[in-house]
Amino acid sequence: MISQLTSPRLLRSLLPAFSLTVILLAIFYLQPRAMSYFGLNLLLNLALPIAFATLAQMCVITVNDLDLGIGAFVGFVACVGVTWLNDQPLLGFLVLAASILAYGAMGALIHLRNLPSIVVTLGMSFVWLGLALLVLPTPGGKAPAIVTAVMKFKTPFVPMTIYASIAIALIVHVALKRSAYGAVLRGVGGNPQSVARASWSLVRAKITMYALAGFFGVMSGISLIGLTSAADANIALRYTLLSIAGVILGGGEFVGGRISPIGAVLGAITLTLAGSFLSFLRISPDWQIGAQGAILIIVLALRTVINRSEARKLA
Amino acid sequence: MTHSALMKLSEKPWLWAFIGATCVWIATIIFTGGQGAGEILSAALSFGTFSVIVGIGQMYVITLGPGNVDLSIPATMTFAGVVSMKIIDSQNSMILTGLLIALACGAAVGVFNYGLIRLLRIPPIIATLSSSFLVQSSAIAYGRGLKIKPPPLLADFSTTKILGVPLLAICVMPLAAFMGLVLHRTVYGKSVLAIGQNPRAAKLAGVRVDFIRFATYVLSAVLAGFCGYVLSGFSGGASLNMGAEYLLASIAVVVIGGTSVAGGYSNLPGLWGASLFMFLLVTMLNTFGLSAGVRLILTGAIIVGVIVLAGGRKN
Amino acid sequence: MNDMSRPIVKLNSVEKNFGAVRALDGVDLDILPGECLGLVGHNGAGKSTLMNILAGIQTPTSGILDFGDGGTSTNHNVSEARRQGIRCVFQELSLCPNLTVTENARIQHPGIKGWNWRARARELILGHLDEIFPNHGISADDLVGDLSIAKRQMVEIARAFSIVDSDIRLVILDEPTSSLDATIADQLMAHVRRFTGAGGSCVLISHLLEEILTTSDRIIVMRDGDVVDSRPAQDFSRQTLVETMGSVAKDLHEFDQNTDSKRSEETPYLSIYPTEAHRGISLNAHKGEIVGLAGLSGHGQTDTLVRIYDRRKQYGIEMAFVAGDRQSDGVFPLWTIGQNISISSIRNLLNLGLLDLKREHELAEEWRDKIAIRTPDVNHNILSLSGGNQQKALFARAFGSPADTILMDDPMRGVDIGTKQEVYEMIRAEAATGRTFIWYTTEMDELKHCDHVYVFRNGQIAADLSSQELTEQKVLHASFEEAS
Repeated sequence: MISQLTSPRLLRSLLPAFSLTVILLAIFYLQPRAMSYFGLNLLLNLALPIAFATLAQMCVITVNDLDLGIGAFVGFVACVGVTWLNDQPLLGFLVLAASILAYGAMGALIHLRNLPSIVVTLGMSFVWLGLALLVLPTPGGKAPAIVTAVMKFKTPFVPMTIYASIAIALIVHVALKRSAYGAVLRGVGGNPQSVARASWSLVRAKITMYALAGFFGVMSGISLIGLTSAADANIALRYTLLSIAGVILGGGEFVGGRISPIGAVLGAITLTLAGSFLSFLRISPDWQIGAQGAILIIVLALRTVINRSEARKLA
Repeated sequence: MTHSALMKLSEKPWLWAFIGATCVWIATIIFTGGQGAGEILSAALSFGTFSVIVGIGQMYVITLGPGNVDLSIPATMTFAGVVSMKIIDSQNSMILTGLLIALACGAAVGVFNYGLIRLLRIPPIIATLSSSFLVQSSAIAYGRGLKIKPPPLLADFSTTKILGVPLLAICVMPLAAFMGLVLHRTVYGKSVLAIGQNPRAAKLAGVRVDFIRFATYVLSAVLAGFCGYVLSGFSGGASLNMGAEYLLASIAVVVIGGTSVAGGYSNLPGLWGASLFMFLLVTMLNTFGLSAGVRLILTGAIIVGVIVLAGGRKN
Repeated sequence: MNDMSRPIVKLNSVEKNFGAVRALDGVDLDILPGECLGLVGHNGAGKSTLMNILAGIQTPTSGILDFGDGGTSTNHNVSEARRQGIRCVFQELSLCPNLTVTENARIQHPGIKGWNWRARARELILGHLDEIFPNHGISADDLVGDLSIAKRQMVEIARAFSIVDSDIRLVILDEPTSSLDATIADQLMAHVRRFTGAGGSCVLISHLLEEILTTSDRIIVMRDGDVVDSRPAQDFSRQTLVETMGSVAKDLHEFDQNTDSKRSEETPYLSIYPTEAHRGISLNAHKGEIVGLAGLSGHGQTDTLVRIYDRRKQYGIEMAFVAGDRQSDGVFPLWTIGQNISISSIRNLLNLGLLDLKREHELAEEWRDKIAIRTPDVNHNILSLSGGNQQKALFARAFGSPADTILMDDPMRGVDIGTKQEVYEMIRAEAATGRTFIWYTTEMDELKHCDHVYVFRNGQIAADLSSQELTEQKVLHASFEEAS
């Protein structure tokens, strides 16, 4: 029983919740006023779009790829959101649906031609950025009223972000970790040969995961404009890095299909809070992104330590 | 005989980059009616040289095989530029010291990167990405956003043209030729090529895999440092986003230049062709009066197109 | 339902060639319902190839597989094999390490879906685990990657025996007990008996002859790509099995060297234990010796060679490695023949720090002529050569290097007989000049070129034989485990 409590697997899965708790306690300690509805709302303001972007990245990482274009894609969605989706909802809707299909097609291309995902997605990031500039050449636009209304909706007890985060974390958890096809999708990351040998289509799995990534990218962009009202093409470029960090912080691994949707959402929230935490500590904003890098490195280092102790135990 | 000569030529993937560059150049001057043909070429050579410098480092890293790429190049450039400019404080007498400092900054980042890769077993993409956060933050914190003018001598050196050919390009050409020689004629270069084709076979053929990988990541960072230094001289000081466009540029010139993303095969002359091509393409689109959005889309589409045509990693 | 006398599969003169190498030489075989068929043979006898053909992973070059349902399958493949109710447990595991035991069962069975798939998959896999390995201690929610190798093997076996949509008629077990301890192995053998008792069929491959003798109804012995004997299990003994596996009256003393006299006097040039634990017999090599490593493949020989190679600095010996698995360990596919040969000698070909291309070319030409690589030009790509000639280029790489010890990892795979003779000559000539060879081989014939032979079993040395003591029987006896 004791050995089960200290098992590396449990430690690994508790790490994201643990880091979130630590940072939350630290914030409350430094700034007790943050422990209120208003305070939480402020702290978690941008958590939802980042959580969606992180889930998008997680889908791609599940099948052993990496998406270096998700930030630019979210920016593109935001630009479409504040222009076409507002002015001509049907057109906007169709464009967003097509962009999800484009993501799926990208997955198929990467799989069929056996291309390195980082080069393809990096190249695509320029395409998204260019499209965003075409749609919205100068910052501005207006988010559809309904999107703004939903994002600014005041829920009872705790801010909407918290309910929404719990809900999407659970939905994605059920879809990827509990459903019958979800097991196959994750199996593709773990041992593609064996999945293919059991007569599953690998290309179908890749398309599914990339299209899912596109879908979460769209959700990220839409939720983002609900908070900011306006947009510009560069609005979400940093999401690329944040989303990777969020997945890793949430217990995901780069290869082998080991991912955790709940962890990824927790990771995204932790990263959002880390920014506030640093400003409470009066650390200059210069070190904001540096701190994100440091957190990433520390988490990976911790994980290496845990994995090594596990390897020693097995040996 | 001419047939086989043609066959030989068509086997040289770098040729395509030069053909592309020439076509784009011709299209541009047809549009301008022959005006500014020389100036365009001269400017392309000026700007292209910077891509070549970082491209050499990136090429060596990519040649190490799938999964190897240096994403810290932009941050390293900024860091080296900011630190060296601040220390030499516009004094001509400090030019050499400044150069050494810039190279040392690069070396430090390279050692740190490989430390993450080797000691913490972090995949190179994430290791260089997260270290780039830290490096970028250090540059911001150290530079305090001040743009210090480069020493006049350095500014002159990096902007002077002899008969329309930039002095910097004249200096970098031998460097590039030397690095080409290193690749094919030294123990180090041969080892890089061997590791890229088959790391296990390389190890069993007596190649010191760890050391070579270490040296390559340091080489890439040192060249980024050098590029940051001369670019600061060229553009009137180090700015915090001076490296930004070189993330894609360094990868793009390698891929378009005919280096295999699968590793083990690289192409130095192609870097020049690809750098010229990339710059001339943007010039052409500008001349045609196309917007920034279209330029970005075409840049991205060409990179994706080239990688799709060139095919992916071997199975 | 099944007619107990009609075979579930009938193989008719099945042949399989890999290039010039004939892996199966017209095998005729019936597998009857309800029988456990033991399959034994030494390396290269054709066991794995035959099983891969049954499982649909490889297609025979010629011959017929008759499943008795009217359809004689000429293009038998994996899904067809599944349809016929054939399942395999291979030595390399085919589970997804990032998924739980339940989820792995689900992946294997597309039929398990719907809202309660998890409960059904869990019941299925746990049911079979409980049935085959009582007290297995595996939870259905364990991640496979967190399980020990033995438990993973148990899951793999239970999964192969689990039925969802189609009946299982034949289960192929290829070394299923290699990572299981004796109690669990006994449980598995008992299950095999129950399974065959209920009308299913099994093919059992194992290096544990006791296991084969006690569990099988019938044993077939393969040698050189053919079935050489097929008898009821009780007609065999350990002794007769080993004798049948060996070739008749082969003289391994053809080249008696009498180099053993050195052994007692000199301290060895190199000495290593095959395991970290320093257990058992150590491997010693003396200068100018040809040391052979024998035993069934996959019993630690390659790992030991790589360990020796990794420690070359420690020993202070220059070494070269001749890979047997050319694609993954040897060839640089983008390079020319010459570049592939020179890579291990570059340090000796430098001129002011730069590789001297002329000397590189001369080295390549010299070795092309010495070792007779069949190519008009060493500047051609390495892949323009046939497999055997690629292998010669790898020999040239090692022999042309300054190394004084050469490690060879079963390097004659896929090499034709003429080439082999040439290379044997070269090895003997090189050894005579004082070079040391450590040579892992799966071919009995090659051991006669060795001055000393170590037989590996389960990662340790099971026998230490001088060339005088060496007989095929001894090697076979040591390779196949004694009853414990």
